[in-house]
Amino acid sequence: MIGKKDVEHIGWLARIKLSDEEKEEFTGQLNTILDYFAKLDEIDPGVAPTHHVSGIENVFRDDVMKESLSQEDVLRNAPRKEEGFFKGPRIV
Amino acid sequence: MKDVIIGLEVHVQLNKLNSKLFCGCSTKYHDSGPNTHTCPVCLGLPGALPVLNRTAVEAAIKVALALNCEIAEQTLFYRKNYYYPDLPKGFQISQYDYPIAINGNLVIEGDSERNIRIRRVHMEEDPARLVHKGPIEKSKYSLIDYNRSGMSLLEVVTEPDLRSPKEARQFLNKLRNILEYLDVFDGYLEGAIRVDANISLAGGARAEVKNISSYKGVEKALSFEIVRQKNLMRRGIKVVQETRHYDEARGVTISLRTKEEEKDYRYFPEPDLVPFKAKDGVPKIKETLPELPDAKRRRFVEQYNISEHHAKVLTSELKLANFFENVAGKVDTNQAATWIADVLKGELNYRGLGIDAFSPEHAIQILRMLEKKDITEKGAVQVIRTLLDEGGTPAEIVKQKGLIKVGTDVIARAVEEAIKENPTAVQDYHAGRNEALHFLVGQVMKKTSGKADPDAVNKLLREKL
Repeated sequence: MIGKKDVEHIGWLARIKLSDEEKEEFTGQLNTILDYFAKLDEIDPGVAPTHHVSGIENVFRDDVMKESLSQEDVLRNAPRKEEGFFKGPRIV
Repeated sequence: MKDVIIGLEVHVQLNKLNSKLFCGCSTKYHDSGPNTHTCPVCLGLPGALPVLNRTAVEAAIKVALALNCEIAEQTLFYRKNYYYPDLPKGFQISQYDYPIAINGNLVIEGDSERNIRIRRVHMEEDPARLVHKGPIEKSKYSLIDYNRSGMSLLEVVTEPDLRSPKEARQFLNKLRNILEYLDVFDGYLEGAIRVDANISLAGGARAEVKNISSYKGVEKALSFEIVRQKNLMRRGIKVVQETRHYDEARGVTISLRTKEEEKDYRYFPEPDLVPFKAKDGVPKIKETLPELPDAKRRRFVEQYNISEHHAKVLTSELKLANFFENVAGKVDTNQAATWIADVLKGELNYRGLGIDAFSPEHAIQILRMLEKKDITEKGAVQVIRTLLDEGGTPAEIVKQKGLIKVGTDVIARAVEEAIKENPTAVQDYHAGRNEALHFLVGQVMKKTSGKADPDAVNKLLREKL
């Protein structure tokens, strides 16, 4: 079971501001999901975890340089920019 | 300082590769403007897919082998989730369980040899570079340059085996040296190395100091932390476990109130990158491993019959070792070792220069002149300094500065003059006062502008007196 505090923390991790109603609502929803997954814990599968299902291994590319995008193209959709940089919030 | 416990997490950039870890963007962005070396993959645009650089993996295995690690049978990439402007995807592709290598070690040589255990080596992508105008805690926003985003990083994690800031520095120097021998790393490039250091004192708690980005910075940041933690303990204040940020400009560490813990990163296997069998490549990569610093040091002592100390200095940098070997075949090896390790290295360090600034050909010319006694040791130092400060060739400088050692006839004349002009000193000498001889030698050296061989002057004076 997770509580309102956990939901607040998850919200903070995603940098999302949640209203009190949302916190209530998401606490319920997240608990439903966790309960559902808890069913899986009841089984002992006796096999190693499956990290990938494709069975494909060892996919590489050669260390060859390719052309990059132009600075102009890169910044075209940026809402805030300055001297060739993206501009973002300071987070410390 | 037996009570100091330090462990390091060293991030080194594999900056000698042609392209980034997961895309074809060039790694040579250091002299370019911001956001000029990016593509949908390293900008984290929706739908872009990473493909692993084979040479980066080989480089990682090389480093791991050089650090005596066990290479993983099979290794995996994970997503490390955190929301920060330097990560355009909202996660960093890193490794977690199943890193590429574990359980290695590296021997550092301080006052005595010390074995430092390596817990793990893993691969990850570099985040972008954040630029702040003014001090970080005062700036209103971050400027972001994604050129660095997606560069190949290796994180080398030690066990808490280091016992002083000095040892931490020695560890870094040795690691850097090995990486340069392996030709996977250029330590001079900006952002080439970044270190997080865990440090605690006996009876205290662990502080993690982040954001140390220079070799000197590590020693300084850790020394600062020791003083800070000791002061707290002395005043009876509890040292709390926390993350601190190193402010290089001010040389202090600042508390960073992070609410993120390991579990908050919500690591999970990166679905866009399939596992790979790291160990399969090992036999082939082993064949390509060059001679490493410790082996080279032992060979230098054996092959060139030079001192352990000189061998250590000369192999402390691959370029310096190559320089020595270029010169050593042509002149007396011991003299070459002494002049390169003691004199030339000192003059270079003083000027903040690397060995690239000096030509082996010039070193050979100078050492030959010394061997033939054409110039004095003092003259040779002057030639080295002039070459570094003004350029030219040894022959020109010797000629211009009149450094050719003066002949015996000139010395003889100067000796006679000195005896004639200083009767008191001569008397003192006969009265058994040795300083008088030194004084007379000095007078002769003055008359020959320091170009006479002091031994010859000494001998001649004794004869004439």
